[in-house]
Amino acid sequence: MVGILSLTTFLPLAGVAAILALKAFGANDEARAANAARWIALAVTLATFALSILLVAQFDGANPGFQFLEDAPWFAGLHYRMGVDGISVLFVLLTAFLMPLCILASWQSITNRVLEYMIAFLVLETLVIGVFCALDLVLFYLFFEGQLIPMFLIIGIWGGQRRVYAAFKFFLYTLLGSVLMLAAILAMIGIAHTTSIPDLMRFKFAPAAQTWMWLAFFASFAVKMPMWPVHTWLPDAHVEAPTAGSVILAGILLKMGGYGFLRFSLPMFPAASVQFTPLIFALSAVAIVYTSLVAFRQTDIKKLIAYSSVAHMGFVTMGIFSGNIQGEQGAIFQMLSHGVISGALFLCVGVIYDRMHTREIAFYGGLANRMPWYAAVFMLFAMGNVGLPGTSGFVGEILTMTGVYSASTWTVIVAASGVILSAVYMLTVYRRVVFGEITNSALTSINDLVPREVLIFAPFIIATLVLGVAPGLVFHVTGAATDALVTAYRAVRGG
Amino acid sequence: MAADARLALPELILAVSALLLLLWGAYQKKTGPAFTLAAVLALAAAAVAAAVGPVGQAFGGALIADQWAAFAKVAIFAASAVAIPLSDRWFAQRGTARFELSVLIVLAALGMSIMVSAGDLISLYVGIELHSLALYVLAAFQRDNAKSSEAGLKYFVLGALSSGLLLYGASLVYGFAGSTSFAAIAAATHGGASVGVLFGLIFLVCGIGFKVSAAPFHMWTPDVYEGAPTPIVGFFAGAPKLAAMALFARLLTEAFGGAVEQWRQVVLIAALLSVFVGAFAGLAQSNLKRLWAYSSIANIGYALVGLAAGGPAGVQSMLIFMVLYTIDVTGFFACLAALQRSGRPMESFDSFAGLMRERPGLALAITAFSLSALGMPPFSGFWAKFYVFKAALAAGPLTTWAAVIALVGSVVAAFYYLRLIKVMWLDPPEGATDAPPGGAVAVAYATALFACSLVWFALIVLDPISQQAALAFAH
Repeated sequence: MVGILSLTTFLPLAGVAAILALKAFGANDEARAANAARWIALAVTLATFALSILLVAQFDGANPGFQFLEDAPWFAGLHYRMGVDGISVLFVLLTAFLMPLCILASWQSITNRVLEYMIAFLVLETLVIGVFCALDLVLFYLFFEGQLIPMFLIIGIWGGQRRVYAAFKFFLYTLLGSVLMLAAILAMIGIAHTTSIPDLMRFKFAPAAQTWMWLAFFASFAVKMPMWPVHTWLPDAHVEAPTAGSVILAGILLKMGGYGFLRFSLPMFPAASVQFTPLIFALSAVAIVYTSLVAFRQTDIKKLIAYSSVAHMGFVTMGIFSGNIQGEQGAIFQMLSHGVISGALFLCVGVIYDRMHTREIAFYGGLANRMPWYAAVFMLFAMGNVGLPGTSGFVGEILTMTGVYSASTWTVIVAASGVILSAVYMLTVYRRVVFGEITNSALTSINDLVPREVLIFAPFIIATLVLGVAPGLVFHVTGAATDALVTAYRAVRGG
Repeated sequence: MAADARLALPELILAVSALLLLLWGAYQKKTGPAFTLAAVLALAAAAVAAAVGPVGQAFGGALIADQWAAFAKVAIFAASAVAIPLSDRWFAQRGTARFELSVLIVLAALGMSIMVSAGDLISLYVGIELHSLALYVLAAFQRDNAKSSEAGLKYFVLGALSSGLLLYGASLVYGFAGSTSFAAIAAATHGGASVGVLFGLIFLVCGIGFKVSAAPFHMWTPDVYEGAPTPIVGFFAGAPKLAAMALFARLLTEAFGGAVEQWRQVVLIAALLSVFVGAFAGLAQSNLKRLWAYSSIANIGYALVGLAAGGPAGVQSMLIFMVLYTIDVTGFFACLAALQRSGRPMESFDSFAGLMRERPGLALAITAFSLSALGMPPFSGFWAKFYVFKAALAAGPLTTWAAVIALVGSVVAAFYYLRLIKVMWLDPPEGATDAPPGGAVAVAYATALFACSLVWFALIVLDPISQQAALAFAH
């Protein structure tokens, strides 16, 4: 009996099989094959999205434990073990939500090697959903590490001019972090003699061992997040990746770092987490202020949004390590919200990049004259990124800051200045791109959003506003699981 | 005597078949499908005999038939059986097919079989020499080709040197321990080795280090890999190293188990040197065969980490590592053997540019082998490293640190594997390649499929069997 989690995880691979069959037996006409591959990928990702909605609908928010469990013994003591709790289930939904939109966003901008592109995205979807569903340590590592391969190819093949450099940097940077995590994983197996994540969450590691393992996991998750000062791969990867690649990178892949902290660092190494909380707070505060300032100086819109992502992830890390319910809830909410808003912002850049093939801020100006709808959409997400009340961005920031306030007031004082700085760079770039008179003659014939683009943006707009007005939808799902997490963590930390 | 013969049945089958094949070949003066089929069948019969044969010690302990030997033999014979038709077709394409090829591979398999069963320094040496001599000739098999001849000569000279070291070590051990039998040496070194035995042990380690191309005894590897005929490289990059490592494990664990604290450091130093020499020197290569030589040096380093971890988990991890590595390397060189452009072999990085457009199947297979060699999950190379590092981290602080350092070394090596993938996937196509021969392509696809998915299921079976094998002598 295949459970719904396995089905959701591996359904995209059915799409891969279909596209491969198409390549092996199908049309010789390349354009028709490409079109068929697009439709297959869209259909499969939509089906996965439907499954993930079903999953969330059946999810029992009052149950703090893992649900939809699947367990089959594998070899060497490993298990194929899947399950989701309140922390992970919404990330499955987020992934499945973003994927069809990414396929749609690539509909016309990707014309080169379409079949391989779609295969890479479908494989990536399987691996990412697998990361959030895996309940076996080694299975988690398989999914976590495996997604480097499709992402390497997505950046390397369909990226911008310095794509090879960016792809290598992305891969090697992340790999170095991951092998240290692998060493810690193997050490944990050696000590606890189990690979079951629920069992390991109850296992009490010796404090000295916790320190080393925490640092090893930190090496991996901090790079993934990314936290200052190991964030330098991100701007390169974002700038060079195709639009949909950036959406996935910012929307989902970064969240795996935060998810890792929540799933591993906090529950499995609580003593070490307490010990390193000042480090995390310091790095988060620096990230928020420093990368916001760096973002302000960027001349490339995509790079600006990439740096802004690092700043927003700073709120997430500090919220996670606040160790109270507001902080944790805020961090999860901020990740979900940032997944939607930053994804949408990258798509906004994609819209003008597809038309003009440049991301230079100075090239643009006065777009509101020719593209009123676009200006409105961009405005909404820019405001969401700034954290305007009413958008989802506000909820995450205010909650994480409330949570951290009781733990470290100074961190919040510094972080709050980041909110202002984000308004500074975001509104500045918005003004320079959208307002004013059109001075660049190349822009005089630029066209507003086409129906396909409206269709892509509509779900993002709905998600941003709904989450902003009714954040309880999220907390209803995450509540019990975060409560349990915080209770267990507090038992170790005291207070 | 009859019991001895039953225990040595796989070796007897191979020895008799090799002689019969030689007669047949000398009589008909050429090779052919029937001839290679007969050689493959001989290996299959020997594999069956090894798998289902009795367990025990033959010839006064000189030859040990246990689960360890049986597991290694089946793997070795399988790799040899794949190599025979693959190489035969490759030489036939070039009009230089000779019947001696099959005979030599069967003889090499016989030598390796004796190696993994050796329970005495004498049988150890006989096994090593038998398989080495066959391999020297195989390396120089393209005798009109200067590079191939050079490879054979280099291999021979350095191999002879290592044999000398090995013999010298063996004589020292014999002199100080009073016996050549593993059991007697174990009794003499129980609780630590004397200085004389230790000297002998170090020379033995150096000698075997040459055979498995562990740094700092690796210098011959790139030159020999580059010069020797491609399918032959695929053969001797896999099975002989598996055999030498299996022998190494038995020698160190069974004969010198009492001196584990003395040899563990030596093996770890060789292991880490191999990982870093393989990783850094590989960065500078432009020829894929040379690159894979350095990759094999690095991979032997990981296997040695498993060996140094010791105990049942350590030797089991090493055995699984070597089996999975052998499958990978067989597949990789099958891909290289299959690829040609206008009759010229493709060996440089540049010649693989854009291969993903030109030959997607083979390019995907090479991608799988590269990622596997890099140790990316979920490919087989990851599982190989998983076993090794798991054993190393459970074995104590020394091996733990070695494992962490080796893992960091694998990130350096990642660069050149990624470079190969980048060349194949990202660069513009170089031009049309010749139609690849079906046999090599079939081997490449089968091994690639194994590396990327079948391995998940194969390990369910291999894990308990290899555990049994390791328990044969490691306690």
